[in-house]
Amino acid sequence: MSTILDPTDERVPVARQPTPRPTTITGNVALLDISKPRGNILLDQFEARLKERLPDVNFNRYAKPTFTKPAPDDLRQEIRARNDYVIEALAD
Amino acid sequence: MLPIKSQAPAFNLESAQGVSYSFPSGQSTLICFVKEDCPTCKLIVPILEQLHQKQILLLAVGQTQEGNDKLINEFDLSVPVLDDSNLKVSFAYDIDTVPTLIKTSPDGSIEAQLIGFVKEEWQALLGTQLGDSIDWTTLPDWRPGCGSLSVDPLIAERLQAEAENSPLRARKIEVAPADDEFEFMFDQGFSDGLPLVPPTPERVLRMLAGTRRDPQEVVAILPPNLAETTVEKVAINAVMAGCKPEYLPVVIAALEAACTDEFNAHGVMSTTMGASPVMVVNGPICERIGMNSTLGALGQGNRANATIGRAVRLALRNMGGAKPGGTERSTLGNPMKFTMCFAESEARSPWEPLHVERGFAATDSVVTLFGMTSGPVLIVDQTSVASEQLASSMAMCLQGVHHPKSYMGSDTLLVVCPEHLDTLQRDGGMSKGQLRRIIQDSLAQPLDQLVQDKQSGVGIAAETLAKMDATRQTKLVTKFPSDEDIHIVVAGSDAGKFSGAFHGWATGSIGTISVSRKIEE
Repeated sequence: MSTILDPTDERVPVARQPTPRPTTITGNVALLDISKPRGNILLDQFEARLKERLPDVNFNRYAKPTFTKPAPDDLRQEIRARNDYVIEALAD
Repeated sequence: MLPIKSQAPAFNLESAQGVSYSFPSGQSTLICFVKEDCPTCKLIVPILEQLHQKQILLLAVGQTQEGNDKLINEFDLSVPVLDDSNLKVSFAYDIDTVPTLIKTSPDGSIEAQLIGFVKEEWQALLGTQLGDSIDWTTLPDWRPGCGSLSVDPLIAERLQAEAENSPLRARKIEVAPADDEFEFMFDQGFSDGLPLVPPTPERVLRMLAGTRRDPQEVVAILPPNLAETTVEKVAINAVMAGCKPEYLPVVIAALEAACTDEFNAHGVMSTTMGASPVMVVNGPICERIGMNSTLGALGQGNRANATIGRAVRLALRNMGGAKPGGTERSTLGNPMKFTMCFAESEARSPWEPLHVERGFAATDSVVTLFGMTSGPVLIVDQTSVASEQLASSMAMCLQGVHHPKSYMGSDTLLVVCPEHLDTLQRDGGMSKGQLRRIIQDSLAQPLDQLVQDKQSGVGIAAETLAKMDATRQTKLVTKFPSDEDIHIVVAGSDAGKFSGAFHGWATGSIGTISVSRKIEE
């Protein structure tokens, strides 16, 4: 028997479960642009199409300052506080 | 040895005769540490037996099971010979020499301690109790003892690692005897694809001797998992990478630099462009730990260069969780993701070394991290003979950073080889600033030459350009956002006109900014 020391952060990862998908959408939907090229164009298209299908839903636009870093805490909190759903436009 | 009047450590040991003994027991006790292959121990064992015969509480603590059995058989002992073959009690008592005889009071505090055999001392301590049962005249006046097994260098480190006051706190992983520890580490996902040195407690303790910092001090919060990473955890990864203890301060400083908002290790390690930290070390530590700045400095063959870079990457992988297929999403990957670390050839260069340019004293040891996506891309020019000719020729090779039509997005790390350096120093000597300016001037293009077209979609969109006035359309754009985005160091052997350039990632606060950290030794 030999002993080695754990080189990891020793956290046991908890498998994340997807949030249950609703059958109807109401309230507020955040449209988050991560600031990669043309993400805004994709979100424009999404917003226009979704507004046709969901006239009673509010769409709120957000953008990360840069795609290379995680969203700042303030932005995450704001999206969470004011919205029921979020659609993130990834890239290019 | 422990000081007189200090409390002797408590223990429970079983004798070779199969009886359990606990100390302290509430009685005045003699404890004698012995090992069978020590002639002085054999000299005093009959005295121990006589003390036992006289109902004096004496515990002989033997350091090997086999030796204990031999002593009992050879001297027909009835005195309890306790099995300390794992040496933990010998270690706790800080025994350097056997025999060591310790006398304790009933509450367990040390009243006397005799090392080796000095007849006068033994007679003074035990003569009254032994009476005439020992003929002291047959014994020599003095005999030195032997080294305790607990201070054998190979054993002492294990004992220190296992002791209650061990500085190690990391989770211990038992590798079953049937498992190959090298295969086990691959299976656990600890490896970058190459074999790892098993981070045993002994090796990690040796590694920790390379720094004065507390093993539990947090060095950095490593992304993407935002793991609080202690000096001990860095040391574990440094062992696995193959580092020597004296490299550890460089690894620690590099991780501190990586985990700044400016360097943005999260983005550097995860980008599909496949960036990786390139580490340049400056200052007196380079020579002290044997880093390579000359022949083949950017390649293989030097342990410090290779393993410091690898240790930083392994820490980001194992602590930070930056693993390919997880948050690390590089399209092609990059050999620099194994390691890329070298020293600047300061002695060969007339220029200020990198760390002095960045505000440190020449006597400081400093590591600087650059987030780079490719390199070293060779600059092959064996025929330019004038300094400005060579400078503009080098610039041509930098046109391709990211893409020939990609401007203002990246930085570069230019590694000038000594022969190129000599050419640049002709004609009065070119400064780093002049070299940067020539590169920028040579590569500057009017904006209207950088328009997306049928040959390439890279560049400015025609409709965007059309919205600008004529002055703006023809304005010169530099290849690099600023002159300071051309980082220059000197390295390589004296033979060969081959400099090299690393190509950056997204430069500036949008992506990564190079960061320097002083190495605290």
